[in-house]
Amino acid sequence: MKEIAHRALNTAKIKGATYAEVRSVRASTQLITVKNGNVEVLSEKESEGFGVRVIADNAWGFASTSRFFPDEADMASALAVQIAKASALSKGKGIEVESRPALTAHYKTSLIIDPLSISADEKIALLLKTSYEMQKKKEITVARGTIMTQKEEKLFANTEGTLIEQEIVKTGCGIGVTAVSGGDVQRRSYPSSMGHQGTEGWEFVLKQNLVEHGARIAEEAVALLSAKPCPSAVKTIILDGSQLALQLHESCGHAIELDRVLGSEAAYAGTSFLTLEKQGQFRYGSEIVNIDADATYPGGLGTFGYDDEGVAACNIPIVKDGIFVGYLTSRETAPLLGASSNGTMRASSWNRIPLIRMTNVNLRPGNIGFDELIESTDDGLYMETNKSWSIDDRRINFQFGTEIAWEVKQGKLGKMLKNPTYTGMTPQFWSSCDAICNNDHYSMWGISNCAKGQPMQVIGVGHGTAPARFRGVQVGVMN
Amino acid sequence: MKGMWSEKKIKHLFDRALGLSSADQTEMVLFSRDLSLTRFANNYIHQNIHENNAVLSVRVVCGKRVGIAHTNSLDDEKVEKTIERASVLAKASAENPDFLSLPRPQPIKEIKCFAESTARQTPEKRAKDVTLICKKAKENGLTASGAFSTTVSQIAVANSLGLFACNVGSMAEMSTVVMSHTSSGYAEGLSTDVSEIDIEALSDEAINKALTSKDPVSLPKGAYTVVLEEYAASDILSFLGMLGFGAQSVQEGRSFMCGSFGEEIFNKHITIWDDGLSRYTIPMPFDFEGVPKRRVDFIKDGVARTVCYDSFTAGKEGKHSTGHSLPPGEVMGPLPMNLFFSSGTTSLEEMITSIDRGILVSRFHYTRPVHPTTVTITGMTRDGTFLIERGEIAFPVKNLRFTQSYLEALQQVAMIGKDTRLVRCSASFCRVPPLKIDSFNFVGSTEF
Repeated sequence: MKEIAHRALNTAKIKGATYAEVRSVRASTQLITVKNGNVEVLSEKESEGFGVRVIADNAWGFASTSRFFPDEADMASALAVQIAKASALSKGKGIEVESRPALTAHYKTSLIIDPLSISADEKIALLLKTSYEMQKKKEITVARGTIMTQKEEKLFANTEGTLIEQEIVKTGCGIGVTAVSGGDVQRRSYPSSMGHQGTEGWEFVLKQNLVEHGARIAEEAVALLSAKPCPSAVKTIILDGSQLALQLHESCGHAIELDRVLGSEAAYAGTSFLTLEKQGQFRYGSEIVNIDADATYPGGLGTFGYDDEGVAACNIPIVKDGIFVGYLTSRETAPLLGASSNGTMRASSWNRIPLIRMTNVNLRPGNIGFDELIESTDDGLYMETNKSWSIDDRRINFQFGTEIAWEVKQGKLGKMLKNPTYTGMTPQFWSSCDAICNNDHYSMWGISNCAKGQPMQVIGVGHGTAPARFRGVQVGVMN
Repeated sequence: MKGMWSEKKIKHLFDRALGLSSADQTEMVLFSRDLSLTRFANNYIHQNIHENNAVLSVRVVCGKRVGIAHTNSLDDEKVEKTIERASVLAKASAENPDFLSLPRPQPIKEIKCFAESTARQTPEKRAKDVTLICKKAKENGLTASGAFSTTVSQIAVANSLGLFACNVGSMAEMSTVVMSHTSSGYAEGLSTDVSEIDIEALSDEAINKALTSKDPVSLPKGAYTVVLEEYAASDILSFLGMLGFGAQSVQEGRSFMCGSFGEEIFNKHITIWDDGLSRYTIPMPFDFEGVPKRRVDFIKDGVARTVCYDSFTAGKEGKHSTGHSLPPGEVMGPLPMNLFFSSGTTSLEEMITSIDRGILVSRFHYTRPVHPTTVTITGMTRDGTFLIERGEIAFPVKNLRFTQSYLEALQQVAMIGKDTRLVRCSASFCRVPPLKIDSFNFVGSTEF
């Protein structure tokens, strides 16, 4: 890969690029899905290729190919430069990126048990055992479990002399059931509804205790069929960690992407209400709300050694004591703030350009235990596991639904409720946060399906959260 | 054609590969794509890419055990390893008693899916077209963003039962959002032939919406009569397709079609179907199993009729695949990709004139299912929302959040537009008219 990378960089310079970078990726992914006691999918995918991103005539161009041959390197580089020169026909003020010193580095995900060493038989057996537990109730029409493993070997090189090699391993799993009866359909999932992944080894799957939770979610899905619907009211709500992860993702994570703030996503998912003048002074949440973005967190799905511009992973303060203080930036956007890139440019694959993406965006834990949080709540709802989500194109008005909720009455968990939903406006919502559980209840959640860009890029991000309480929230938003 | 394989080369690849497999049944799917996309924001081109990739998927069947392997390295050694890997996976897998067989060959209808003009589009030409939009936006004191892409794709399928199907298709797509400080407008054009994309008309459409929706005011939440323009109406069609028109959703008991077959569930003027062979969509002659596409009438004159199948779901009911399989390894089951909603007799202007107080919705944003069985969806309006009073557009309003059962909405369709538009909805294509709906539930609003 190195020889091809150097060939591509040289060709790009010859063709007129003032800056060029090459990123090659070899990815191997295994996916196993078991449904209703049968293997639904057992597949492996190998994908390899490299992309060349250049600046020529002060504009960006990018071309990629899956073929690792010198003439393909020449072709991709030449095409990238041609595309950049075409971009220059409408280039605005012109692209500038901060200069950075050359760097040579390596990074490898730290594993306890290599997930690639675990046989398909063993993984299937675990999922079949879990499926058996999930199917014990007759109302369960679908019981599905999934295990995913992926290894990515990445090489990044640029015309500044940087050369970085990384090996990143991801492991993930998830189970879900659908219960049907009397015209109603209810669903329960674990650990979350969108799968749960981390940059860890097989130990990630083992600690989820799928079999034990499989029985529980089946019981809950059936119980939901006869549960009362969530009332429509203004309530205190407590969100579990997995739902809070998605709340954080949608209302903060995307809003702090500086390229989005500057308008680069306006044609697709929109812009951001966190406009530049707000940095350092806007009250995003209550004083107990502290948020950071940490690409160094061990095992986080958004953890790596270096981003896809060759900038080292770091921890970025985003909200401090409720005040918005930081964006996710790149080599092109950070100088607009008088700063240096904080290393959040990530591409989903070799055939995509890097975009500013979340890494692990985390709500720092508070100082209260979960039992104490419930006991100190007089009248509210405890909501668990995301079911639906939607937010406006500046990240202000949102509506979420969870799979299940329980009433909290006079400090005790009470009746189960179905179809719970809640809605709000981002700054008001986060300003109503008056309690966050402590580190004992803090988990790093991995959301594998974050989408951004045209063409779309789906990437995995992490969110560290502990259950938290919010006051005065409209719940029960159904017509 | 750059990046695409000749049929002869594909047959050679498939014949060799199938010969290497000792499994009971083997399937090969080759999917190649050559994509160029020019993206712009703030009135300039900020991202501009080209991608070429070909993926071979091998599905191997041993008894009732199935293994799947994919590779994008197509040299002989890698192809051989991929077949071997798929076989190993099949043998390691557990039996699935519901699996019957890969599909047998059927005649494939030849349809026009490809336009040479799309394949010959250059980065320079795309840049010139984008420059036109940006220039017009600037002249009006507005900011343009968007994406203009041209794609040539090739799908080839073969299996050990003698099936072979091969098709090359093209698609050109332009979408733009034009903004002022207080408003925005959207336009989208889609065709197999890039020369049919009218850049000027699209930029005028988006600019006009942005200009007429400046300085919106707040509107209280509640149920309103609405006119949904095509971009918004397509969302209804898309979610019906995704949540209820595939056989898997029925077999799992979560489709709104369950228990409703033969019943009138919508206004009798509503017919909804899927037709991948139609020239009024982005056509595709066969699915990812090589089964020819068939027209499927989901709703006919308001009555729920049937759903679409792949070979696996069809086998469970003793039926035939309708040609709606997704790529190997997907777990969502068969889904419609080329949806149509019957047109009516009313113009958009007539719909507006007929309303005493209501809302004109250009488009929806970030719509998601709240309750799939009732197709209850939540989302926002976007890019031009207007109050209608006494038969006229009164003023623009700030974007509203809705939470609404699309099934109930279709039961309240009062007027159907006479003209239809082709709209991209995520992975599918929807041809829809505008709709007037008597009651649509808005549960809140945002600040802009």
